[in-house]
Amino acid sequence: MKPIYKIMFFVSLVVLVLSFGALLVYGLNFGVDFTGGSAMELEFLELRPSVSETEAVLDSTLPDLEFLANPAGENRVIIKTSELSEADHQKIIDALGLKFGKVDEKSFDSIGPTVGQELRNKSIIAIFIVLIAIACYIAFVFRKLSRTLSLWAMNLSALVGLLHDIIIPMGIFAILGHYYNVEISAIFVAAVLTILGYTVSDKVVIFDRVRENILKGDKSDLGIIVHKSVMQTLVRSINNTLTVILSSAAIYFFGGESIRYFALALMIGIFLGAYSSIFVASPLLVYLQKRKK
Amino acid sequence: MCLIIYIVRSNYTVLSLIILLVILFAFVYPQAVTKIAPNFKFPTKPFVLGLDLLGGTHLVYEADLAGVSDSKEDAMEGIRDVVERRVNFFGVSEPVVQVSGSNRLIVELAGIKDVNQAIQLIGETPFLEFKEEKPNAKEIAEAQQKGERLDEDPFQATGLSGQHLKRAQLVFDPQTRVPLVSLDLNDEGAKLFEDITKRNVGKTVAIYLDGVPISIPVVQETINSGQAVISGKFTPQEAKTLATRLNSGALPVPIKLISQQTIGASLGSESLSRSLKAALYSLIFVAIFMIILYRLPGVISILALIIYVLIVLAIYKLMPVTLTLAGIAGFILTLGMAVDANVLIFARMKEELALGKSVEASIKEGFSRAWLSIRDSHITTLLSALVLYLFTTSIVKGFALTLGIGTIISLFTATVVTKTFLSSIAGSWSEKKKWLFG
Repeated sequence: MKPIYKIMFFVSLVVLVLSFGALLVYGLNFGVDFTGGSAMELEFLELRPSVSETEAVLDSTLPDLEFLANPAGENRVIIKTSELSEADHQKIIDALGLKFGKVDEKSFDSIGPTVGQELRNKSIIAIFIVLIAIACYIAFVFRKLSRTLSLWAMNLSALVGLLHDIIIPMGIFAILGHYYNVEISAIFVAAVLTILGYTVSDKVVIFDRVRENILKGDKSDLGIIVHKSVMQTLVRSINNTLTVILSSAAIYFFGGESIRYFALALMIGIFLGAYSSIFVASPLLVYLQKRKK
Repeated sequence: MCLIIYIVRSNYTVLSLIILLVILFAFVYPQAVTKIAPNFKFPTKPFVLGLDLLGGTHLVYEADLAGVSDSKEDAMEGIRDVVERRVNFFGVSEPVVQVSGSNRLIVELAGIKDVNQAIQLIGETPFLEFKEEKPNAKEIAEAQQKGERLDEDPFQATGLSGQHLKRAQLVFDPQTRVPLVSLDLNDEGAKLFEDITKRNVGKTVAIYLDGVPISIPVVQETINSGQAVISGKFTPQEAKTLATRLNSGALPVPIKLISQQTIGASLGSESLSRSLKAALYSLIFVAIFMIILYRLPGVISILALIIYVLIVLAIYKLMPVTLTLAGIAGFILTLGMAVDANVLIFARMKEELALGKSVEASIKEGFSRAWLSIRDSHITTLLSALVLYLFTTSIVKGFALTLGIGTIISLFTATVVTKTFLSSIAGSWSEKKKWLFG
């Protein structure tokens, strides 16, 4: 294989390690739907109070409450608290309205701790089920190819590629969460699963080409065949990725605040998917296959 | 235009596709039909919008079933019935009240203004209320018989309610053996009841349960014993159930609000207009990209994409799919994914053309060779959508649903529809203009 594969593979490895590091050090900044608790987004129709003014009102209204107030947009404030009762929720709104003029509550989420815990468990299970289902599917599709390429090598390299595609975005969001307070909400699970289901096809397309080239009677070194297959599928891989990134970009730029970061996660993941099928899964396939022999 | 006429003349399949397209368009966007032909009655059906676009609240209650010894399902059904009756008061269109899992109850109220009041009413113990006639009750009653002033209640509150209840029990009228529910009021209640009966002798006093009058007896005399009787034409079983419900607080078991997600109406409409804009831009971006990259086949793939959009939107209306913000995001994303199959096919076509094959042969080869990859990518995406649908919250489910539907439909439009159009334009003329095909 050409040296570029080796170089890019190690670049990926470094980024992957950095992402892991970010995840370990900062952790993900989960929203209330995962952690349990309450979050409200308020719009002040007159003048937005400063964070400390808001905090002062909250302190005097509910002295025992732990909370976090953050400005958002031009005249909005997001207040996160531990789980609020409906009565306390109303108290906060009334108190803020009394002090700072008309308040419009844009949204209010209050999630019990068990519900948050359930969503976390379910999300992890869902990610594993998709990974296993994809592995089974790859094994099924390429079952006839097992004489030329080891199923085990194909599966492992595809799965490593997929993990790469979801761990790096997670690392990026750990950093975004730490420095820009970007939250991980339930819809991120949708982004992760979509990335998995979608980007695996990039890898399958390349493997498919490898299979076709081998069946055509190409007897060259596997590294050369894989490189040839990568080059043959490169343009369509890029174009496919671009169309989906264009759609995600439309969501990112025009779709509004609450799904902006979801679109960003998709863009990053889908870009990485195309990248990793070339520079992670392909060289890994060659390496694993050769080691076996 | 010339192109379309050319296609139509050459192929009936294309003609039928175009007719399908027109019908779908009229179904998806009936406003256009009304504009062109105001008298033409075309069957219409609106899109169903989710809570996050309409504004509204999604509530999850958990029932404490520890004390229920017999069927827990019955207990949940009982809760659902009570909550449903209460929810129907808010005048919200199509409220959702459904049992989820073994002990959860989901309530969705779209477009509700006062969520706080709704929460109080839902979680409250049974709402038993005594009401007396308004001074103009006769007038209202007469008007109502003529079908007017139907939203007025001829009765007004008296301040006597379920909180003054000491005990309710099933009794039988000693003379007629009709089952009755007897109410023992506490001291304060007895006093109130005495006043009410005193000032209403000869008139009716209505007993309301959860806002519905269940018994409207005529007061014969002042009652100072603190005992009232509901005679609502019950069967003995119904009377017993009512007494039990009143005693235990109408809900068969206590429920607790464990999750609330509320979206203000203003945020909802803001999200809706934004996501529609995003969808439009997504379509434009993808169209420009495909046409620049693949020329004539690119145009065809966009035609197929428009058919895709119409079919999918029609399905959203027909099923109906409740469109949430996440759901529309899923739809927007599938606009980019739907042309993927075309990209695979056209790339193969280019390869075949480069080998010197004829346009028609290249189209045929392109489709058959790309098929396996197309199938694989659709199946894996579908797998993800399926798992996501099974393992997530209701708000994200919308995404899984539109992603899944989109994946299936685009498999059809990107292959069958594109192929039909492409093969029907490709003819002897196309050999001289291979550059049009890539």
